[in-house]
Amino acid sequence: MGQFWIFVRKEMWHILRDKQTLFVLLGMPISQILIFGFALSNEVKNSKIAILDHSKDLTTQQLIKRIESSKYFEITDYLSHSSEIEESFKKGDIKLAIIFSPDFEKNLYHSHEASVQFIADGTDPNVGTTLVNYGSAIIRDYQDELLGEKKLPYQIKPEVRMIYNEQLNASYNFVPGVMAMVLLLVCSLMTSVAIVREKELGTMEVLLASPLNPFFVVISKSIPYLFISIFNILSILFLSYFILEVPIRGSVFLLIAESILFIITSLSLGLFVSSIAKTQTSAMFGTLIGLFMPTLMFSGFMFPIDNMPVPMQILSNIIPSKWFFIIVKSIMIKGLGYMSIWKETLILVLFTILMIFISVKKFNKRLDIE
Amino acid sequence: MATISIQCQHIKKSYTLKKNKIIALDDINLEVYKSEIFGLIGPDGAGKTSLIRILASLILPDSGSAKVEECDVIHDFEKLRTKIGYMPGRFSLYQDLTVQENLEFFASVFNTTVQDNYHLINDIYKQIEVFKFRTAGALSGGMKQKLALCCALIHSPSILFLDEPTTGVDAVSRIEFWEMLTELKRKGMTIFVSTPYMDEASLCDRIALMQSGKILSVSSPSQVKQQYSGTLWSLQSIHMYHLMQALKKWSRVDSAFSFGESIHVGISEQNISEIEIKNYLLQNGISEINIQRIEPTVEDCFMQLMDKN
Repeated sequence: MGQFWIFVRKEMWHILRDKQTLFVLLGMPISQILIFGFALSNEVKNSKIAILDHSKDLTTQQLIKRIESSKYFEITDYLSHSSEIEESFKKGDIKLAIIFSPDFEKNLYHSHEASVQFIADGTDPNVGTTLVNYGSAIIRDYQDELLGEKKLPYQIKPEVRMIYNEQLNASYNFVPGVMAMVLLLVCSLMTSVAIVREKELGTMEVLLASPLNPFFVVISKSIPYLFISIFNILSILFLSYFILEVPIRGSVFLLIAESILFIITSLSLGLFVSSIAKTQTSAMFGTLIGLFMPTLMFSGFMFPIDNMPVPMQILSNIIPSKWFFIIVKSIMIKGLGYMSIWKETLILVLFTILMIFISVKKFNKRLDIE
Repeated sequence: MATISIQCQHIKKSYTLKKNKIIALDDINLEVYKSEIFGLIGPDGAGKTSLIRILASLILPDSGSAKVEECDVIHDFEKLRTKIGYMPGRFSLYQDLTVQENLEFFASVFNTTVQDNYHLINDIYKQIEVFKFRTAGALSGGMKQKLALCCALIHSPSILFLDEPTTGVDAVSRIEFWEMLTELKRKGMTIFVSTPYMDEASLCDRIALMQSGKILSVSSPSQVKQQYSGTLWSLQSIHMYHLMQALKKWSRVDSAFSFGESIHVGISEQNISEIEIKNYLLQNGISEINIQRIEPTVEDCFMQLMDKN
């Protein structure tokens, strides 16, 4: 067995003997996928709403029935007076109130104009807007049916299609995000902590006093994490494909190859952190604040980059997770081939080379005490 | 004399701690011969660890130069690292690996195998072999040091650096440990060892007494004792406190310090007699005393050297 593999084997022993950490490493991606898939979701479903029907005619009855049958709404309050609306909101139960004006049907058929008011809870702007959109859509559908064959002289009708994700399934967005997060955590955090641990426990001092190139030690430490990460990628893809029904439209091999590239990028980041950090705690905070937070904020996974101010958009370019996020979405969801992601791939490759170069340069062949 | 293993000239090293400059080593000049046990004796903070680390090429000196086994510690450090065995002051093996795994791992670090150099560690390893499947973290302090010594020896180094190897080790293990060092010396190894324990000094071939980054003297333990100037007396009384007070007042006394259960009193005059001391003490109201002229130990010499500096 070569010297290198003896080192890798020793590293495997460290990992395998720390059962709790191993459990977290392998279980984390599974739990994250399941939590994001079933528990955390920014879709709006079964929102409680109140109805105030001043008209109480056939048309409003039909509309209310449609609203009620929608999966987005659950009517909890039927109000009888407008003074009750605010009270209802203040109790904190309802997110939306729908108010039909008096003589709704009469106005609709005689003056061809009836009004319905939506009052939404604006404390969470996204939820408020979404609910108003869902409600408007139901009203619009009803109106289209009413018109029937009676064509209006001028009409522009937007035909909306959400391509690549017709059902607006949120999993399509978070699976690539979780992949980036898990890989970054396992590779960058664990390797940097593992390397710094050798410094902290003093074993690095003994290894430095040996003829071995200490950088060799550092590289051999990352190998087990490479394997763990490949396992994690496979388990995430398996779960998202079979349980969350996220399609893999592009090439699986390309997807895995790109993931391995990102694993190496994350390992190089871990290496970089370990060349700066002196204690395990600082390595941990360094990766969490320096790598993990920017991944959440700037990869486009949680917040759309296009909405950010220009300086932050520029800043987001140096976050490798952003490029990986784009690559995974392109392959998995859009089914694109390597021709359309070569730019992002090249950025990751260059970034990795740069990180390894800096780490090698910064790596101290003596003790860093000063 | 024999050939030279370590030679260092004008080594200086300082650290900056919270904007305060701390001088760890101040102009160290030293020569260590091959196949000798060279002891670096001094209290905590004397600069022993810094000096060992510089010689093992682990840190750079601010100025000065040093050669170990004909390798410059600054420029030829890669070559040097194949020749040295180093055991740091803190236990630095993998606590979650077993005794055997640690040993095999360190053998592979030096591109050798445990079998190849088993003869070197045989005497030591057989004492801990019963625990070879136990993790290193579960060993007692003395066992840990024996294992660490095995790991530092496994590649048959020509010089061994030991930084306070017996600190925190029980008295019996300390004696055993020194017996092993003597055995290794007999096999031709140079041993450079630091210790805060003065009693271990007499087990070295030569010692350097260190204090505040300076080497006070380099010689054999017996020469150190010969260098002691004046006479040394050991005094005991039931009123130790009054005794000490009285001695410190006396202008003829150079030094007086507690040494176990007695007080060691240094007097620079060669021909002072027991009666004179007794009379002086009687005048000061201390009668029942036990007085004895003694040969200085390394510690006494060290204290005297410290006073002079």
